Amino acid sequence: MFEGLIRYFSSSSNREVLFEQLGQHVYLSLVPLAAGVLLALPLGRLAQRLRWLRAPLLGGANVVYTVPSLAVFVLLPSVIGTGYTSSGNVVIALTLYTTALLLRPVLDALEAVPEHVTLAATAMGYRPHRRFLAVELPLAVPALTSAVRVASVSNISLVSVGALIGVGGLGRLFTVGFPMPDTVRIVVGIVATVLLALAVDLLLVALWRLLTPWERAGKAVSRS
Amino acid sequence: MIEFRTVRKQYDDGTVAVQELSLTVPAGTITVLVGPSGCGKTTLLRMVNRMVEPSSGAVLLDGKEIRDSDPAELRRGIGYVIQQAGLFPHRTVRDNVATVPLLFGTSRRKARRDAEELLERVGLSRELGKRYPGQLSGGQQQRVGVARALAADPPVLLMDEPFSAVDPVVRAGLQQELLRLQEELGKTVLFVTHDVDEAVQLGERVAVLRQGGELAQYAAPAELLARPADDFVASFVGKDRGYRGLSFVDSSGLEPGPVDTVHIGDTSADVPSRAGWVLALDAQDRPRGWLPPGSTVRGRLTEDQLVAVGSLHTLGCPLREALDAALSSPTGRGAVVDADGVFQGVITAGQVLELIENRRHPALTEGAVQCSRD
Repeated sequence: MFEGLIRYFSSSSNREVLFEQLGQHVYLSLVPLAAGVLLALPLGRLAQRLRWLRAPLLGGANVVYTVPSLAVFVLLPSVIGTGYTSSGNVVIALTLYTTALLLRPVLDALEAVPEHVTLAATAMGYRPHRRFLAVELPLAVPALTSAVRVASVSNISLVSVGALIGVGGLGRLFTVGFPMPDTVRIVVGIVATVLLALAVDLLLVALWRLLTPWERAGKAVSRS
Repeated sequence: MIEFRTVRKQYDDGTVAVQELSLTVPAGTITVLVGPSGCGKTTLLRMVNRMVEPSSGAVLLDGKEIRDSDPAELRRGIGYVIQQAGLFPHRTVRDNVATVPLLFGTSRRKARRDAEELLERVGLSRELGKRYPGQLSGGQQQRVGVARALAADPPVLLMDEPFSAVDPVVRAGLQQELLRLQEELGKTVLFVTHDVDEAVQLGERVAVLRQGGELAQYAAPAELLARPADDFVASFVGKDRGYRGLSFVDSSGLEPGPVDTVHIGDTSADVPSRAGWVLALDAQDRPRGWLPPGSTVRGRLTEDQLVAVGSLHTLGCPLREALDAALSSPTGRGAVVDADGVFQGVITAGQVLELIENRRHPALTEGAVQCSRD
């Protein structure tokens, strides 16, 4: 096993392929993550503001998330006319999943902003959009971060499934490794996927800490 | 000046929050809206900055209909303080205070510098400016809320039960602070509370509202306590309104009498007579407590041998305080101090009642009797 790994990594073409697959994997999982966040925020805001839209939006999100990923990867090309192995398939499909996954947490996070704070913001003279960006959104970040972390892990694992229809990414190591069978490739694939997920998670935590300094300010309550 | 002209607010579900109400809030004074919950006082307050639109009628600010101004612009020109302060938890105290100036487009540097000055004005240190609201006590947060409302120097201040979420001691401090600030700034303040005591203490004029948003009485506090317009106002201002009315009666003519005193740290030889209560003072002659009759002092007199002194009456403060000092003292004699807290003598409840009897028809004064204490 150990020798196998050494032999695998000593080949420069293997290393090249691995890095290429890693790069594809990052692209295929993180672009949809970012796009999903950017879509879920306005949708969540809409669901918060317009009560009648809430049930259909949340229901729709549930339905989207229930469809098996492989089915979406296979069906999507015929719906939007992309090629089967186009990375656009995976990006669009995962964007849908991420949006669906994040919609409810976004709504919950926005609803959790204390009413007296939004009320005060309105009374200070904030117009609705500026209030959303300057007050409600920053305050929703802590609750949103946990949901985005879940979505990032979910995306990174789902990209592997894309390899089944021939799209790149670390999943290729499994599609190549299983039929041979080549344990080394499979182990490299698993470890690389896990490390990627961990690295992205650490980055998200770092980003969250950067965006929410007030959460860690000491509780140095002094008497008035 | 704020004018409500036959304003009415009916919500979509049919509830009437405010019933054709007319009220003029004079400029440069504190006017209090008081009433039980559901009397529409907050609704009325929010009509002034268009957070609630009246169903009919009009609200005028300095003679101009507020309906004609842009809501956000209007609000930036009106200070607003709410219960729990409503501070932005994600912004430092300094940036919270600078909110409205920043919305007006003031440079960040200038806005922050001004904010720090304002913090001092409301009795907080500049250093607190760098903290987050979550690091402050409730009372401090409320002060920051007031500073934020004052930041753009608006002529009008709306305060919606700003002090009701803090404990009584802190609340009393905040109330004193508001009166002091108002003396300096002379804003037109509209203040909402459900607490009659707070209303009569702060308001130059008090509007009592009843359920369903009707104006029951609009008068100076002393007038309200002495001559309630009807049974509702009488019961709302409370059964002890006679006692509360003493808040507006000055205590001139009240002569403090002598009492045996000792100082903390004195030895047993210095304690005058063991037969009666002896008042213990500190080195600055401020009352610290009563030494019970017959108690023996071994070595030097310490504070833990004393019974609490009760409330103090400061010379020049209203009679209510004098009577309370006498009633709350374990000896029936209330300690009287001057503005610096130095002991002047004692008074009894009998003396206070005699004074009241002697002035059977006390002249009603406008507003609460002001007194200074440290």
